[in-house]
Amino acid sequence: MFGDYSIGDLGSIFVMQGFAGLILFSVYVLMALGLAIIFGQMGVINMAHGEFMILGAYVTWMTSNVFQSYLPGLFSGYFFLAMILAFVASGALGMLVEWVLIRHLYKRPLDTLLATWGLSLMLQQAYRSVFGAREVGVELPQWMLGSLHVTDSIEVPINGVFVMCLTVLITLSVAYVMYMSRWGRQVRAVVQNRIMAGAVGINTEKVDRYTFGLGCGIAGIAGSAFTMIGSTGPTSGQLYIVDTFLVVVFGGAASLLGTIASAFSISQTQSTLEFFMSGSMAKVLTLLAVVGILMLRPQGLFALKVRK
Amino acid sequence: MSDEPNKGLLSPLRRKLLMGMAAVPAITMLPRASFAQAPATSAVNTTGLAVTDTEVTVGILHSATGTMAISETGSIEAEKLAIEQINAMGGVLGRKIKFIQEDGASDWPTFAEKAKKLLVNDKVAAIMGCWTSASRKAVLPVMEQYNGMLYYPTFYEGLEQSKNVIYTGQEATQQILAGLNWIAKEKGAKSFFFIGSDYIWPRTSNKIARKHVENVLKGKVVGEEYYPLGNTQFNSVINKIKLTKPDVIFTDVVGGSNVAFYKQLKAAGIDLSKQALLTISVTEDEIDGIGGENIAGAYACMKYFQSLDNPNNKTFVPAFKKAWGEKTVIGDVTQAAYLGPWLWKLTVEKAGSFDVDKIAAASPGVEFKGAPEGYVRIHENHHLWSKTRVGRAKLDGQFELIYETADLVEPDPFPKGYQ
Repeated sequence: MFGDYSIGDLGSIFVMQGFAGLILFSVYVLMALGLAIIFGQMGVINMAHGEFMILGAYVTWMTSNVFQSYLPGLFSGYFFLAMILAFVASGALGMLVEWVLIRHLYKRPLDTLLATWGLSLMLQQAYRSVFGAREVGVELPQWMLGSLHVTDSIEVPINGVFVMCLTVLITLSVAYVMYMSRWGRQVRAVVQNRIMAGAVGINTEKVDRYTFGLGCGIAGIAGSAFTMIGSTGPTSGQLYIVDTFLVVVFGGAASLLGTIASAFSISQTQSTLEFFMSGSMAKVLTLLAVVGILMLRPQGLFALKVRK
Repeated sequence: MSDEPNKGLLSPLRRKLLMGMAAVPAITMLPRASFAQAPATSAVNTTGLAVTDTEVTVGILHSATGTMAISETGSIEAEKLAIEQINAMGGVLGRKIKFIQEDGASDWPTFAEKAKKLLVNDKVAAIMGCWTSASRKAVLPVMEQYNGMLYYPTFYEGLEQSKNVIYTGQEATQQILAGLNWIAKEKGAKSFFFIGSDYIWPRTSNKIARKHVENVLKGKVVGEEYYPLGNTQFNSVINKIKLTKPDVIFTDVVGGSNVAFYKQLKAAGIDLSKQALLTISVTEDEIDGIGGENIAGAYACMKYFQSLDNPNNKTFVPAFKKAWGEKTVIGDVTQAAYLGPWLWKLTVEKAGSFDVDKIAAASPGVEFKGAPEGYVRIHENHHLWSKTRVGRAKLDGQFELIYETADLVEPDPFPKGYQ
């Protein structure tokens, strides 16, 4: 298929394709981080993860509307405020949900699947009632549109670069919080042994609530960022949920590093295959590869060694 | 809702209708003075449908919940508006239309179940409904078994024809061929890149488009790509488009994927004012989600745009906005859904009966002069004769009409040489 193209053409296409893979990687990491905390660390199978993301997207949409009507001068910067608000809104909803629903189910992790699936249906209908069944268009500031012109044939999408930077930033923050801070140690202690953690004086209820809130908050940020590349509608969250679980499970549920490694391998496989064959086939082959590897290594790529 | 704007438009129709009714001999034997012009129920309803002396019941069957609610909401709104307007004009054969709305919930077996309920329990005289081909395929056996009448609004892939269905949207050849001809002539386009969502409608449409490009236009298809429904990452295919440099990108991507596709196309630096793109799946409804700035410059090929400049449309658009809100937009399918109740009413009046067999037989030749898209007529094959139009998307989310066929295009659901 390359016979008709010059070396220069091919070179720039490979560079662009590399970027496409990196952007896909960032998207996967961003959407999986929140779930890696909730599912990976807490063991809650959160089927409503996509709906927490879409809450972030709707918050972004509302923020952009407010800025357009009342603060048009500051419109170019609204996105940063929107992301913070999305984090707060999704995080607060997450903490509420943890208090009402999830905390009663820590001893029955499989039931969280049904409970959160029901929650996701309720949230979808709530969005439909509040925001309408149609998709909403989130208007972006001018500087976030278009592409960086590197050479004549290499153009890098600005929103892709933005998502990449955001992903790096959030991954580093999460890694810091989980592995460097006192609070992160408490979280890991509760995950490894809830009873012992309680016995040494950790307030496990509080840790659980904040951990769940943090995971949902990050989902909100992801949803906010994805208004740049995807749609915002009541059921848009469903578009992400399968890929998100795929990344987290493949990476090894309890490992942050595993999530990143798995996002990287899945995204690179997918985007390389997409280039050589049709998108649907690429997806099928990627999934087959993941299934194959999980059969050989059921614990995922990286797994914590914990005595059970 | 007031129908003041419609009176002017429809009054000639109404007058004709009343004159037609005056000729019905059954009038003399009517029992009730208040419905003096209505023929007796026993005469117009011989098969036990839900028709009384004052009312006739029809069904509305769309997804008000689930993933398709995004698209089907407009159709529900249009059908309700048409029914309300018809009632304000005196109804059908002197009877007000009452509707029972059922929710297909974006689930095809549910559609079949609800269609059966409407036909068997409620005995509705007609159903306005379905949106995706999958839902129509699920409902079709039910319609045929229980002898119902379905008015189906969506443009679709063709390859179907039933006594029990009137297709008020365009079938694939009607929609596609004129658009391809236009872009080949206008832009001198020779090479085409097809990209679609992976299910029956895009695959069939692209098959027809490919045959037309290769056999009739003597052009070349340089790529044909399908992505799963709901896919949100298009960077790889955009790179392929950049590599193959087609004259025209021809797309039938649907749903939420659309938003992702156009946003990423723009972000990748493809300028739609320079790169020709022809879509058959983006209406004003979709642009609401995509954002006008992401798709401005693209060409869409269908039969109706909200911006059409004709007297019918000029009364239809304000009436629709008045009923459903100033910000509501009207896409191709919404308009086609609006035709359903009207075509049914006109057919009932032509047949002088609510019986499904008589309506099916009377349908060919029924004309609707008040259609927002302009004049339409039902073909022998139960599809509509209609014009095909090309519009260019503008920043404000509306289309600017660029081209329309001179004559009505004949519907051809089983096109020879395209299968």
